[in-house]
Amino acid sequence: MQQNPSSSEPIVSLRDVQKSFGPLRVLDGVSFAVERGEVLALIGRSGSGKSTALRCIDRFEKVDGGEIVVCGHRVDRPDVDLRALRQDVGIVFQSYNLFPHLTIEQNITLAPCAVKGMATSQARDLARKVLAQVGLEEKLHAYPEQLSGGQQQRAAIARSLAMQPKVMLFDEVTSALDPELTAEVLKVIEQLAADGMTMVMVTHEMGFAKGIADRIVFMHRGKVHETGPASILTSPATPELTQFVGTGNLKS
Amino acid sequence: MGGHLNINHLMFLGQGALWTIGLSVIALIGGGIVGFVIALARISPLKSVRIASGVYVQLIQGTPLLVILFLGYFGLAAIGLKVSALAAAGASLTLYVSAYLGEIWRGCIQSVPKPQWEAAEGLALSRTQRMMKVILPQAIRIATPPTVGFMVQIIKNTSLASVVGFVELMRSGQIVNNSLFEPFAIYAIIAVVYFAMCYPLSLFSQKLERRMGRGRSNLAPA
Repeated sequence: MQQNPSSSEPIVSLRDVQKSFGPLRVLDGVSFAVERGEVLALIGRSGSGKSTALRCIDRFEKVDGGEIVVCGHRVDRPDVDLRALRQDVGIVFQSYNLFPHLTIEQNITLAPCAVKGMATSQARDLARKVLAQVGLEEKLHAYPEQLSGGQQQRAAIARSLAMQPKVMLFDEVTSALDPELTAEVLKVIEQLAADGMTMVMVTHEMGFAKGIADRIVFMHRGKVHETGPASILTSPATPELTQFVGTGNLKS
Repeated sequence: MGGHLNINHLMFLGQGALWTIGLSVIALIGGGIVGFVIALARISPLKSVRIASGVYVQLIQGTPLLVILFLGYFGLAAIGLKVSALAAAGASLTLYVSAYLGEIWRGCIQSVPKPQWEAAEGLALSRTQRMMKVILPQAIRIATPPTVGFMVQIIKNTSLASVVGFVELMRSGQIVNNSLFEPFAIYAIIAVVYFAMCYPLSLFSQKLERRMGRGRSNLAPA
């Protein structure tokens, strides 16, 4: 089941993935792969299936067909070891989803202690380290509601980093933030990219995608419509991407 | 007529009041434990467990407590199981309370936003860890006001245990009245005693609800 991924294999690969919600076909034969250290941006209109594709990688959605391999885990199979998968994959959500009853430190140390059996003192050092990475050392003992949206999102990224994932998934992580707070979160993600973290992000920030992504996957009606390096955003090949990028530019 | 209300009568009523409290505590602890299991069963990943616990809740909620008490005391005796009035009343109230608390608590657990489950899942926590460390601590805060409010119902409903001869406050009042025949005075005293037990709880419940209403900032422990 759990073959060891050799370094040449992609960290994430989707092949002909199918997914329907009732009669609605959300993913219609989606295929793409993410290499180690690569940053892949999933873009597309609302309802194009990009968020569903991302959620399938961490198996928050079960696929109807096709093959998904993530860090050697066959995610499409019903017997996949979910806890092992999720130790390899970090996910950050649009709504932060910090645990409101715990301090930022407790939010971060919870999983390393509970899942990996890490000693409390060691986990606290780790919390300090990952919070420094996102520039929030001083918020160690704050509760989530005492933080701004941008700070909460950075804390959520730190919480995910503390599990030392092999790949991180970002699901529209700046969609709930104003431009200023968006900038501080994007800066953190840029730093992660510079440190060589493998990342898949669903984003509406076209400028950001262009600047940071090694590869763009443009999704349209449940299919990968166009894919290529960031330059496809400036010189798209399909009329759909042209139109999408055009409206995106108008917005920003 | 058996004379006037005296200190002995009042002490007898006081003893009954203590048994009302005792029976309420038994009902709350027993019903709380069973109710917690019911709440978890109602959201079990196993469909059969969900259905079985749902049927239990519907059966108990659709049956008058009086009938449950009769079944527990006279019904069991009729099929050869002789139980004391205390055991019958305690068991009946436990069944009754568990069905209601189970449903109240299920609702509280389910009112913790779903993304909290997903965030915990994404961090590789097991189902038990997600429940114990992420969901229940948040659900308990939501559950406190309705649970305290329901305790008032339990105290009042223990009066039904008088029908199986259990001498709690209501029954002790009936006994005193049988010798004095001053129903107005005696039942007024009993009403006041029930009120004195329930009102502080009602106040406490209201206070808790107001505090909850002020938003999440007050949910964080200091």
